[in-house]
Amino acid sequence: MVPQTQPLITFDRVSMTLGGTPVLTDIDLRIDAGDFVCVVGPSGCGKTTLLRLLGGLLEPTAGEVRYAGKRITEPRADIAVMFQDYGRALLPWRTVSGNVSLALEALGVPKDVRPERIAAVLATVGLSDKADRFPIELSGGMQQRLQIARCLAQRPQVLLMDEPFGALDAMTRQTLQDEVLSIVAASGATVFFVTHDLEEAVYLGNRVIGLLPHPGRIASDVNVALSRPRNQLMTREDPEFARLRRHLFDFIKDADA
Amino acid sequence: MKRAAAVLRGAVFPLALIAIAQIAAMAVRLQSDTLASPAAVLAAGAGAFADGSILIATAQTLGNAFGGLALGGSAGLICGVLLGSSIVADRLMEFSVESLRPIPSVALIPVSMLTFGFGFRMEIAIVAFAAFWPVLILTRSAVSGVDAGLLDVARVLRLGPLARTVKIILPAALPRIFVAFRLAAGIALTVAVTVEVSTNPLGLGYNMMLAEQSLHPDLMLAYLLWIGIVGWALNFTINAAQRRFFGRSVQVRPVA
Repeated sequence: MVPQTQPLITFDRVSMTLGGTPVLTDIDLRIDAGDFVCVVGPSGCGKTTLLRLLGGLLEPTAGEVRYAGKRITEPRADIAVMFQDYGRALLPWRTVSGNVSLALEALGVPKDVRPERIAAVLATVGLSDKADRFPIELSGGMQQRLQIARCLAQRPQVLLMDEPFGALDAMTRQTLQDEVLSIVAASGATVFFVTHDLEEAVYLGNRVIGLLPHPGRIASDVNVALSRPRNQLMTREDPEFARLRRHLFDFIKDADA
Repeated sequence: MKRAAAVLRGAVFPLALIAIAQIAAMAVRLQSDTLASPAAVLAAGAGAFADGSILIATAQTLGNAFGGLALGGSAGLICGVLLGSSIVADRLMEFSVESLRPIPSVALIPVSMLTFGFGFRMEIAIVAFAAFWPVLILTRSAVSGVDAGLLDVARVLRLGPLARTVKIILPAALPRIFVAFRLAAGIALTVAVTVEVSTNPLGLGYNMMLAEQSLHPDLMLAYLLWIGIVGWALNFTINAAQRRFFGRSVQVRPVA
């Protein structure tokens, strides 16, 4: 579909000013189909703004963001977004199935096909037995699984994740990291993953982009040469993992200094 | 048992007052154009029930109140959703809303009289005007207070304006919209009775005035008592419905 030579996503000299303050300047970035790109950086560096530009929720002040060569001016059906704050991203008056159904309704999927597709994505994220529960009855980890399910129901080419596991405890976070990796491996989606957790970025991504603030700019772009599938113990014990973590740590520390 | 005891405790004072009033009325052999003994009030009320007049009047008053509430409330709901979801519309209408809203609804009685004459239509029009504003204002604030996170979801899923309103905004704002209707229902009954007391020859208010003018304080007080009971029952029903349908959500959700 997309020629190999053309990147799936292109940020072309993108600058963004919000309320008179420059948030991002001169962002040039190419992302290939199938990439798992993690974005790290100190708070206020424009990570989330970058993600919202890609999701079509914001339009750049200068430059353009392209998807498969086409300029992004509004949200696209083939780009799904998962938000950090699950409490505000799920509809509390709809059940687990109902929340997944929303994505299908939005796409105009016929009513008789929906139950099958809902059951399939709920099985993928391990929420089959919670189909009739309401979000408030689920743990934080399960609510984020539900958000993943709603994104998957869209069958997106690209998954944008904005610090999705920031509010979860360490154990749940690790479980969900592995689930995301296997889901992404199975679907072949391109992922743009914003996080403030450096280890998470190295563990998940095959590319980690570091932003620096005032104004936000890309200051580091490293490839992660760790084999897949990743493993919570072995990958994290790999000397390359330690080297990358050290590199990013120094990078962030310099930014704060 | 505890609740029953609490109810009994609460009833001590009013029952004592009624007893004292009855004893006093009997002691002085009350013959008055303005007062009546509790027993006489009860008897007059029973008579009005027996000949059906109080029931017809109740139906007329409630019909006018609910008719006006339905008309003004739905108009207020639609306008509130519109103004709450569009900053442009809100700015455009701000002056008009703020200049029309302070008009006391009963000040429209002469206008409505000229337009519709006596009857249901003039009363419903005034009640509708009175119910429109609280529903408009509260719906507008409920809609503009819908969480930005939910609106982001609507945007990334590319919901159109209608789907966004029906699937996201209205359900999210519903608990607070219900509060708006609860408030408007109370206003509707008050305004309906006011219009009847002052002008319109219909319903509980008019019958109460008729009793007063024909020097039947017992019947007048019976109507007053009944209007109080109707108002209380209306409020009780709506509160119960609110608890049933929204439970804690109204209290739990922060008012943004």
